[in-house]
Amino acid sequence: MAFRTNASSAQPMTRSNTAARIDRNKPIEFTFDGRSYTGFAGDTLASALLANDVHLVGRSFKYHRPRGILSAGSEEPNALIRLGKGAYAEPNLRATQIEIFDGLYAESQNRTPSLKFDIGAINSVLGRFFPAGFYYKTFMWPAAMWMSYEHVIRHAAGLGKAAEDHNDPDRYEKTHAHCDILVAGGGAAGLMAAMQAAQSGARVILADEQNEFGGWLLGEANISIGGVPALVWVSAMLTDLAALPNVTLLPRTTVFGYMDHNYLTLNERVTDHLPTRPAHLPRQRLWKVRAKQVIIAQGAHERPLVFAGNDLPGVMLAGAVRTYINRYGVCPGRRAIVVCNNDDAYRTALDLYNAGADVVITDLRNDAKGPLITAARNAGIEILRGHAIIAAYGNQRVARVEIAPVDDSVTAISGDILHRDCDLISMSGGLSPAVHLHSQARGKLQWDGAKLCFRPSATHEPSFNIGACNASFDLATALKEAIRAGTKAAAATNHQTIALTAPDVVSANQNWKPLAAWKIPNGHGAGRGPKAFVDFQNDVTASDVSLAAREGYQSVEHLKRYTTTGMGTDQGKTSNINALAILADALGNEIPEVGTTTFRMPYTPSSIGAIAGRDIGDLFDPVRLTRMDAWHRANGAKFEHVGQWMRAWYYPKGDETIHEAVNREVKAARTTAGLLDASTLGKIDIRGRDAAEFLNRLYTNAWSKLGVGKCRYGLMLKDDGMVMDDGVTTRLGENHFHMTTTTGGAAGVLDWMEEWLQTEWPDLEVYLTSVTEQWAVATLSGPNAGKILQDAGIDFDLSPAEFPFMSMKEGHIGGLPARIFRISFTGELSYEINVAARHGLALWTHLMTAGKPHGITPYGTEAMHVLRAEKGFIIVGQETDGSVTPHDLGMDWIVSKAKSDFIGKRALARETMAYDNRKQLVGLLCSEPSTVIPEGAHAVLDPDQPMPMEMLGQVTSSYFSPNCGRSIAMAMLKGGHARKGQTVFFPMLDGTVLKAEIVDPVFFDPKGERIDG
Amino acid sequence: MLIITCPFCGPRDEAEFACGGEAHIARPLAENKISDAHFADYLFMRDNPKGLFLERWRHSAGCRRWFNVARDTVSHEIIEIYPMGSLPKKASPKAAYKASWRRDTAAEKAAVRSPNKAGGSK
Ligand SMILES: [Zn+2]
Repeated sequence: MAFRTNASSAQPMTRSNTAARIDRNKPIEFTFDGRSYTGFAGDTLASALLANDVHLVGRSFKYHRPRGILSAGSEEPNALIRLGKGAYAEPNLRATQIEIFDGLYAESQNRTPSLKFDIGAINSVLGRFFPAGFYYKTFMWPAAMWMSYEHVIRHAAGLGKAAEDHNDPDRYEKTHAHCDILVAGGGAAGLMAAMQAAQSGARVILADEQNEFGGWLLGEANISIGGVPALVWVSAMLTDLAALPNVTLLPRTTVFGYMDHNYLTLNERVTDHLPTRPAHLPRQRLWKVRAKQVIIAQGAHERPLVFAGNDLPGVMLAGAVRTYINRYGVCPGRRAIVVCNNDDAYRTALDLYNAGADVVITDLRNDAKGPLITAARNAGIEILRGHAIIAAYGNQRVARVEIAPVDDSVTAISGDILHRDCDLISMSGGLSPAVHLHSQARGKLQWDGAKLCFRPSATHEPSFNIGACNASFDLATALKEAIRAGTKAAAATNHQTIALTAPDVVSANQNWKPLAAWKIPNGHGAGRGPKAFVDFQNDVTASDVSLAAREGYQSVEHLKRYTTTGMGTDQGKTSNINALAILADALGNEIPEVGTTTFRMPYTPSSIGAIAGRDIGDLFDPVRLTRMDAWHRANGAKFEHVGQWMRAWYYPKGDETIHEAVNREVKAARTTAGLLDASTLGKIDIRGRDAAEFLNRLYTNAWSKLGVGKCRYGLMLKDDGMVMDDGVTTRLGENHFHMTTTTGGAAGVLDWMEEWLQTEWPDLEVYLTSVTEQWAVATLSGPNAGKILQDAGIDFDLSPAEFPFMSMKEGHIGGLPARIFRISFTGELSYEINVAARHGLALWTHLMTAGKPHGITPYGTEAMHVLRAEKGFIIVGQETDGSVTPHDLGMDWIVSKAKSDFIGKRALARETMAYDNRKQLVGLLCSEPSTVIPEGAHAVLDPDQPMPMEMLGQVTSSYFSPNCGRSIAMAMLKGGHARKGQTVFFPMLDGTVLKAEIVDPVFFDPKGERIDG
Repeated sequence: MLIITCPFCGPRDEAEFACGGEAHIARPLAENKISDAHFADYLFMRDNPKGLFLERWRHSAGCRRWFNVARDTVSHEIIEIYPMGSLPKKASPKAAYKASWRRDTAAEKAAVRSPNKAGGSK
């Protein structure tokens, strides 16, 4: 072994002695895969596991290969953890971002039964049978087998396991915020830009996904800013920013979405890092921010190098290794190989060396020079120039490597292979600016051929990119850029500020131009030899990418879907550039010609809980209650939802079934009296000079001659001639009407009327006001209705001569001022009594008391449906479905021939409207009077015809009618009007066939003789 | 999520608005007989351009007033907001209005009421 042994390498601890941002006085106990470990306050789960020399933390998705910790940030593809237990469990969290706390419980994923022995790893042995597009190819044929294939795939697919209890016990909040300038990312550049912008007095929000501000500086040694160590400068900046009233600092907050018109979404992890979550705080908070200007300072992601075995635990990104050493005081290995195509990794080599590890640098470049290279050489670190790791080996952790000299273009091995033992590989393939937010907001990218990365070019929204995400990796350059952006963004929001002086940066100079080396040769040829991974999370290898290109997947979007590279929870943050560079190489194209896939939100996964916030359970949708609701509840009503309304459905007595209760209610309404809470009907107050003309255009029938105090039923069509709503409208005065609509249609009808008034007929002087909530309505129906009103104390004459059907009178009932409408949805003598909403409950209880001797019976919506069906009255939305004309309903009588126009008139004259095979409303009587045909059942003329059968139409309403003593139904059947007397059949799912006769849809009192009581 | 400047309330979040589709579709009057095909143009055919589009919006969770918006369907830039019953004033929306296939069609001509009857158009 040619390792140069570091003098201090005898030290047994993985923790280094470097000044770190952990508190060694605060040990923290946590559990990973059932074992207890100790870390320190300030550790992430990843750093604490590495401190305990745990590198194996998961199994990969496809091959179940052992995987370790690759990164130290949110780009982590491998170290995905299931955190917490029971209902609190959450899968796929990145160990690199989880702050540890006492009692933290974490489990690895994708392994059965244990991480070290995993049955699924057999996929790894069979690896050559799982090439790119394996599932597509294998399971495509024969089509009939798809169902069983799918079962296998679904079982194998899926990352992590959701909580067993799907009721998330945590609380989440949402907040809306406006600011002048949002700064996304609180590293050096973000802090500087925020400070610059804040000087102007502009309102600034600074958000960073980490628990501490400072970005990559948190993981660096030997850099000073403004004459002090970098982190001292960071701390001073934070103190100053926190003191400014116009600045909001949001740590642990990921800006994950950037949408049109500078609308951004942020996820703040408020209490995730606490061992016990205070009751007054939400777990997470979703910020919806509207910013006038956005400054993006997201930083950059380091790229892995693609060599065989690069996915073994112990193979890490060089910058991450540096972060573990400097920020967490953890040296992740004792014998490290640094492999790189750039200067930056030399910083890692030096920090590893200073932390006591043995280090060898294999630099792909032949000609590297500069202060960092000199420093490494002076430290005595072995540097193999023009060498690459061509393969790494190990069982559950990297143990040895093959290193070989390579040619200048890193395409071929040019000499003898060296073998080295190691326990850590620290790799660096250069930096990729995090252009995610910029791209989400549809900013353009350009390829930087020197720095080998995509960088932002034109922005689409008012925004700036600064620092590493703008490919300005040099710190001094980034700070100057930040000052410029801060000044400009402030000015764009009308806040003037004088540019601050950029602080001096003292740091070793480095060359930011890496050597292009996208795929390290392994000496075995294409598609052979051990796997070299491009996308760790999706187990996509370099040869998968090349194979896809050979098979014709030449677009990067196709490559992504075929190989799944760039998908998953990390969305290819570490893999995308390598994948498309390898694709470009395979196609013989330039990288910018291949282009990138689309960047979509979220930047990192956000919990659904945060997105739902408090809009769950009772707060999911408002519930509307009528003024009589308390009585319904006190009297045992069952309820149903009608839109947002809770309506009394039926009122069971004792242990009555719904069927028994409804039968009783329906009978009472025709023998004594029934009382219905009809408060939910839509009510619109219509006033103005042109109110009657407006109704003429809105309804199919004529309204000009309707007398004051008279009511009329109206049908409203859409301009395509199809029924959209119905209801009774009453003339209260010459220019004043009271319209009722269906319960569900109320808001839509008002919008509809406003639309026509505002956009088509602005010359009409009409004013519309929703008064649904202003009136409480009790509908008293039945032969005893008049007697009950008398006893309740009505102050006007109820005789049909004085108060005829379809009229309205104002008066008092039991002293309550009321509008009483003589209209009927049951066919019985009926009064719709409207009182001011606040009198609703008083009216109801008064009527129930007065009606008691007369057999008054409260009835719900179910009985209402049966009663109206007995009379053949339609319900819009039940008999109609947006394709039904008045003629189809047998309601030609309501369509005016005289009016020159109304909404829908021209459409009714279309040729297709006259077809006699349109579905038309009919009644049905089942051959078995006790059998209720299911609603939705399809009618056929011949039940013995071969399948698929020719459908005639469907049952729209179907009930048992106690007043008819048998079942009744309504249906929409093709050519139904001409089919009366015919028999139709209804094949049921259980193989039986029901039979019914087509009849007129009025089943009870066809002559309407009961309307006056 | 757009910011839309309601002419009556000022700039508000898109969540407060409802889009009413293409603007400047003249409604043929029933008394002016046009063919089913021309009527279908009015009733069913809607433009869906890539780029500048004249459309109607309603401040549904605000003042409930309708107005017209000239919007770029690609960039989502709002170029002009102008009242119902009026035409855009800026050059590009004006040109889009004039270039619309709906201008001078049978349906548009049939939207005009004969002189002896009262009525409006948009
Ligand atoms: Zn408004």
